[in-house]
Amino acid sequence: MIGLNTLKKGDRAIIKDILIDQVPLALLEMGCLPGNELLILGLASKKGPIYIKVDQSHISIDIITASKVLVELK
Amino acid sequence: MVKTITVALIGNPNTGKSSVFNSLTGLKQKVANYPGVTVEKKTGSFNINRTTNVQLIDLPGSYGLNTKSLDQSIVFDLLLNKNNKDFPDLVVIISDVENLKRNLLLFTQIKDLEIPSILAINMSDQLKLKGIEIDIKKLEQKLDTKIVLISAKKNEGFEELKNAITTYRNLSNKPIFNIREIDPEYFTNLNQTFPEQSLYKLWLLINQDINFSKIQRNTIETSGNFKTQTESYLKKLQQKETIKRYQWINNLLKENYSRDIAKGHGIRNKLDRILLHKFWGYATFYLILLLIFQIIFDWSSIPMDFIDSTFVSISQSVKSGFPPGVFTNLLSEGVLPGIAGVLIFIPQIALLFFFISILEQTGYMSRVVFLMDKTLKRFGLSGKSVIPLASGVACAIPAVMSTRSIENWKERLITILVIPFMTCSARLPVYLILISLVIPNDKIFGIGYQSLTLLGLYILGFLMAILSSSILQLFIKSDNRSYLVLEMPDYKLPLIKNVLLNIWTKTKSFIVEAGKIIFAISILLWIFASTGPGDNFRNANQIVENQYSEINISEDDLELKVNAFRLENSYIGLLGKSIEPVISPLGYDWKIGIALITSFAAREVFVGTLSTIYSVGSENQDTIKTRMLEEVKPDGSPVFNFASGLSLMIFYAFAMQCMSTLAIVKKETNSWKWPIIQLIFMTILAYFAALITYQILI
Repeated sequence: MIGLNTLKKGDRAIIKDILIDQVPLALLEMGCLPGNELLILGLASKKGPIYIKVDQSHISIDIITASKVLVELK
Repeated sequence: MVKTITVALIGNPNTGKSSVFNSLTGLKQKVANYPGVTVEKKTGSFNINRTTNVQLIDLPGSYGLNTKSLDQSIVFDLLLNKNNKDFPDLVVIISDVENLKRNLLLFTQIKDLEIPSILAINMSDQLKLKGIEIDIKKLEQKLDTKIVLISAKKNEGFEELKNAITTYRNLSNKPIFNIREIDPEYFTNLNQTFPEQSLYKLWLLINQDINFSKIQRNTIETSGNFKTQTESYLKKLQQKETIKRYQWINNLLKENYSRDIAKGHGIRNKLDRILLHKFWGYATFYLILLLIFQIIFDWSSIPMDFIDSTFVSISQSVKSGFPPGVFTNLLSEGVLPGIAGVLIFIPQIALLFFFISILEQTGYMSRVVFLMDKTLKRFGLSGKSVIPLASGVACAIPAVMSTRSIENWKERLITILVIPFMTCSARLPVYLILISLVIPNDKIFGIGYQSLTLLGLYILGFLMAILSSSILQLFIKSDNRSYLVLEMPDYKLPLIKNVLLNIWTKTKSFIVEAGKIIFAISILLWIFASTGPGDNFRNANQIVENQYSEINISEDDLELKVNAFRLENSYIGLLGKSIEPVISPLGYDWKIGIALITSFAAREVFVGTLSTIYSVGSENQDTIKTRMLEEVKPDGSPVFNFASGLSLMIFYAFAMQCMSTLAIVKKETNSWKWPIIQLIFMTILAYFAALITYQILI
């Protein structure tokens, strides 16, 4: 498992686990949940936010929060 | 008898909830704060028929009821506390056709609160385009609710929605999701302890930090071991709840919702490729920013000049047409300029919110945050701070108002506090006259020293804003780390009706709330400038006439001398004189002191006051400039030299010389605490910066 922050544009991955204490619940409510597939749509800049599509939601997430989402590359 | 139904409107952000609100209420809406907090409360009303009136409350956008935030606690108190005066008879949940699944999460939660609810699916005009098919009848059955398809854009479906609202008593208020599924043991236990209460409501209360009159949190905490579970355990349960609800929704939609994937990809991908590009994305953004502020500068000056000249001529005709006396003076010199001083901000506010509404509605604002977030986070600001900061270059008033879109309170507060450092357009007249007085009109490498100085002042303001926010982020406490979890909505065309209504409500709230403070202070300033203690003020005419009795002096010149003498001996004049010992180390005399005090009304008043004190008849720049050049100290050296001129510019760069900004900060932060801190901090900073500048240069 790797952090979502380490992925590159165009990568697809499956969410395996979320460090629930360290992310806002809104992230889960928007569909970012274990078992769902996500696609990296873009990165703002080095250490900038990451832009993903997960379960029909398009979300941008700051890099620290992204590192709390653990994924497996597809 | 007119019956009033209280309806709460709730939904995910970007579902067009505001458009629905606008379509229902039109101009009958008002924006205020919830008592004691700075969360915006938008309410409106409309009549369905002669006997039914609807009180509509637009709740803050939300993805679900588990999120903890200030906004959310408002939603909570309103939906859970039956004693809340706004407790709704009915909740209308707004969804859009495309993100129905995500919106149903919130819907199922609201449904479980056992309040009658209607699901309004907005953007129904997009159904065909996106290849979406929904089996409404089946969904209604399964969700045990009334579903209405609407389109705020095409103004369709609202009659049906209104009909559904009138019959709200027939709607089911049964919960649809069995919360026990999450953790049977925990919830059975909870149920045994509080057999009377709804399990889901109890569960929400346990997870929130607010007290309710009916069910006290304390009772929950002290009885049973519910709160003794670690927060982490509770969060795990919340995650499980979200997953379970989504499973339930997925099963439901599998049969009743379909989407043709081949259709309707929209322009998201194409536009994002350019607008979020590492180079072109930023280039486009800066270009848009530049364009917006160029337009605000250029276009607002026309109506502003019109307001200014209209009020000047009204004042003059009042003065000449009414019988002379205190009342006429109050009207022509106090009240009318006071009103003008409020109205003058409207063109800039309207224009800025015109552009901001468009940026928000098109979905571009989220892209701006995505691009700027990292850079601005470092200074304790939000990605959304960039628009308010840049607007500060035109005027701090609309800029402070535009911080509303920043969700994180700490980031919003810091943005509000540092905006006045940005070089606003009211500083320009002060800078221009001082620069032309003390900076040589020479060039270096083809660039004039004067324009370099002006550029330097703009950069200085910006740097001070950034520096102060870095410092402020260390001192302002915040409960949580600042997250960025932001939906990137599809690009849409803005609805002009929404844009206009947004301008209208912003302008109205400015006039009503900040306007009265600005008006009151300008009247006070006028009173202190036009009254004074002692014989000098009372007998100004005679004293000046005696002084000039030997010399041949025209009637007009004499009047100017009298005015100058009056101001000098008014309360403000005396105050200006009394602060001379404090400001003389900065290189200023008492005359500048008076101008410093009067320019608290607005910075540009500095020039006007000096022209009165120096008895210059016009506000013509050249005339005043010539007169200022001639002004000498008792030892014969000029008052406005390089050192004192620069010291003054530095003072104006940093000082909070603007009562209107203080008034709007009071309004936006909902307390006098922050504007007072801002005033003290900026004045002290300005004083010492000007002191150092003068002492080094002299």
